[in-house]
Amino acid sequence: MEAMEETVDQSLREMRETFASGRTRSIKWRKAQLGAIIEMVKDNEEKMCDVLFQDLGKHSTEAFRDELGFVMRSASTALNFLDKWVVPKKSNLPLLFYPATGKVISEPYGTVLVLSSWNFPISLSLDPMIGAIAAGNTVLLKASELSPNASALLTKLIPSYLDTKAIKVIEGGPDVATILLQHQWDKIFFTGSPKIGKIIMAAAAEHLTPVTLELGGKCPTIIDHHSVSKDMKSVVKRISGGKWGSCSGQACISVDYVLVEQSFASTLIDMFKPVIRSFFGVNPKESGCLSKIVTKKHFQRLSRLLNDPRVKASIVYGGSMDEDKLYVEPTILLDPPLDSEIMNEEIFGPILPIITLRDIQESIGFIKSKPKPLAIYAFTKDENLKTRILSETSSGSVTFNDLMIQYMCDALPFGGVGQSGMGRYHGKYSFECFSHEKAIMEGSLAMDLEARYPPWNNFKLNFIRLAFREAYFKLLLLMLGLTKGVRK
Amino acid sequence: MTKVFQAADATDLVTDLRRSFDAGVTRGYEWRVTQLKKLLLICDNHEPEIVSALHDDLGKPELESSVYEVALLRNSINLALKQLKDWMAPDKAKTSLTTFPASAEIVSEPLGVVLVISAWNYPFLLSIDPVIGAISSGNAVVLKPSELAPASSSLLAKLLEQYLDSSAVRVVEGAVTETTLLLEQKWDKIFYTGSSRIGRIIMMAAAKHLTPVVLELGGKSPVVIDSDTNLKITVKRIIAGKWGCNNGQACISPDYILTTKQFSPKVIDVLKQELEAFYGKNPMESKDMSRIVNLDHFDRLSKMLEEKEVSDKIVYGGQKNRDKLKIAPTILVDVPFDSQIMSEEIFGPLLPIITLHNLEECFDVIRSRPKPLAAYLFTQNQKLKERFAMTVSAGGIVINDIAVHLAVPTLPFGGVGESGMGSYHGKFSFDAFSHKKAVLYKSFVGDAAIRYPPYSRGKLRLLKALVNSNILEIFRVLLGLS
Repeated sequence: MEAMEETVDQSLREMRETFASGRTRSIKWRKAQLGAIIEMVKDNEEKMCDVLFQDLGKHSTEAFRDELGFVMRSASTALNFLDKWVVPKKSNLPLLFYPATGKVISEPYGTVLVLSSWNFPISLSLDPMIGAIAAGNTVLLKASELSPNASALLTKLIPSYLDTKAIKVIEGGPDVATILLQHQWDKIFFTGSPKIGKIIMAAAAEHLTPVTLELGGKCPTIIDHHSVSKDMKSVVKRISGGKWGSCSGQACISVDYVLVEQSFASTLIDMFKPVIRSFFGVNPKESGCLSKIVTKKHFQRLSRLLNDPRVKASIVYGGSMDEDKLYVEPTILLDPPLDSEIMNEEIFGPILPIITLRDIQESIGFIKSKPKPLAIYAFTKDENLKTRILSETSSGSVTFNDLMIQYMCDALPFGGVGQSGMGRYHGKYSFECFSHEKAIMEGSLAMDLEARYPPWNNFKLNFIRLAFREAYFKLLLLMLGLTKGVRK
Repeated sequence: MTKVFQAADATDLVTDLRRSFDAGVTRGYEWRVTQLKKLLLICDNHEPEIVSALHDDLGKPELESSVYEVALLRNSINLALKQLKDWMAPDKAKTSLTTFPASAEIVSEPLGVVLVISAWNYPFLLSIDPVIGAISSGNAVVLKPSELAPASSSLLAKLLEQYLDSSAVRVVEGAVTETTLLLEQKWDKIFYTGSSRIGRIIMMAAAKHLTPVVLELGGKSPVVIDSDTNLKITVKRIIAGKWGCNNGQACISPDYILTTKQFSPKVIDVLKQELEAFYGKNPMESKDMSRIVNLDHFDRLSKMLEEKEVSDKIVYGGQKNRDKLKIAPTILVDVPFDSQIMSEEIFGPLLPIITLHNLEECFDVIRSRPKPLAAYLFTQNQKLKERFAMTVSAGGIVINDIAVHLAVPTLPFGGVGESGMGSYHGKFSFDAFSHKKAVLYKSFVGDAAIRYPPYSRGKLRLLKALVNSNILEIFRVLLGLS
């Protein structure tokens, strides 16, 4: 550990020196790094797919769609728009302040710490780094120890593609994180669970370090079968693809549970079965298209959730598990008890509870009774229901008639609220996430108003009152002596 | 208010407000406008009482109270009233080929039940201005004014209870005990104005509930004076910004001056001259300056002045009157960097001048210290202005003036590093208390098989083409030509 402490000390010292030298402020430098990230991913696509398969059993298509392709696009967006993002924003000043001018410039915080997660170890590491670099910071990435092959690859590749004096990687678990958090950072970006998020924020408080916390939650999916009956096949496909087709449900924006009317539940379950079979065949374990559970510990966690006898009794599809292969079959539950563990913590696995309601309108109250999730999904064409969902529930985001796809939409901020997190990124929001928006105001030394200065008297008081109200005509009258004062 | 505020009271308070929020009391445009108009009535009907309370608490001159508290608030309310519809409207967002066909928007929604903890130096401004933000964005709000300005605190409690909807807006008066009880509750946002030391405590308490915070803290705001400036106007603005704003007890007060050894004597001469023009030969008698807020702060400032190697650096002022809680405008030159007066935020009528061999050195001096809330520069040199604006990190930078950026609603007001996080004023206040919810509307048209398992080479190729927005390649794959 002492060696690690020494490494961290040294790294931070070097990063601070580099930042002070101004190197990372140069647009040229930032663009070079962003370009290098794209190169790094392009050159090592196969290796990256390999490690993602080793760590998570991810199929290369999934790996490309969710991680590699995503990162390359994120970096090229930053490259293409950086010139625009760095332009100071002019502020219109009220006439009162003439001839002063005002603007806001985005300034890098300095040294940034990115704490990544294991489920999308490449994109959740590189995407925040892209934002930090685009904004002109130095950045240290702590890659997750739960995806050791991916982390090791990043540790190897990053120094050979990127500027090592400014961009660094450390692998490790909670003990390394603890050492890192003892130091003063200018910004911390964390992706992970709410429990750890609290620890991160408390540690950041010691140094008044601003944080962005991308956490999780139970993302509900509402199926209003009345209004989408024509497209139900698509609905089921999308939900299945979103749940089991992306890291086997181990994603912060995965569908956690479904809400549907009682009368449609069995039809729905019957529709899922052939879809799951078409995705993964009769033996999903051998399909090569289903990610595995990341570690034995998580496997045991899911196992425990399912082994609750009342939950077990609610299994209507799947349920088989293989600890050696870290495999959990795509599983559907029908109305597990609401007080069971599986209905009170984020599942983060390939188990899908279906909760039935008498009337789909009750879904609003149901969602409100739980902590604010990262995403709410709703399959409906009913405009009233859409409006109710938008105005009566709160979540990081809401997506109608699809899943997960809000992640791909660069123009939308990605982040949580309440228990699901604070702060946001993606696209230009990544740039802003790692920037301090500094106000700059410039006054003129040419003109001066006596009324600004003591000693105070009634004239000056009235002058300023009128000036503040922008009552310029009355102000003129006051100065010409044509009015004595102003109504308070 | 004689009843003692206890833990159960804090819990009940939040429960009540949450009930109101969940019932939708604060969400409608009409409610928000009504509350804002009531705040305007408070400003219109009670200015003399406000001025009087500020005079009791701080000895604040009428003009400062009228202008820097009431008038600023009035402007803030009027701006919110004028722009609220605009602020509340969703922002459309662009979608891309990978998510086609879809439409997207960003909806502003209130966070819920928020806590505003205010400070003692501008007790009305720093209480009501954040509350304006909270109300205009549709939240229920609890205000805890500072106990160090008791007349203002009790007037605020009285007026807010009298005018505003108490099912959603409440005031809790008190000190450390009450604040601690409040901080144990779960809030949807905490807005704090005060010291960095307490800011840490607030953030740590907020972490327990993953509550986001805005911390408006302080720091030592430096003023760099270049010899090419118009010295008279420079000095007048510094005086008005320092002693003319609550006698130096303001978060963006000019804390210390940096100038060259050569120019410093001129600066001191003009300072002395203008200080006398503003406050007369007996500044201790002048009615145009606030007094020091209380004995604790008076003693703190006295100690600063009495420190060895500091007391002999006084070149102007230095008089003190503990009974009257007054300290004369005091100028010091070249006090040691490790002295108390140069290590902590002064927040009082003392102005150290640090002289440099050349002005360039100011960058290192400023950079070697915690990031301040404001940094000021007086110069005509365009290159110096640019370098200062780009490389000095502070909450905000003002060139050729002092403090005025506080009154500009189109500039975000907030700190960085030790001076704070988050910002407000104008629309930034509305945003500070809002969650910007991303909403994506997708249709069922175009359900691409490439999205779903089983995965194949063809699907991967198409995906790659889509991601690269490579239309030609997309067609080629779809037509089986690739």
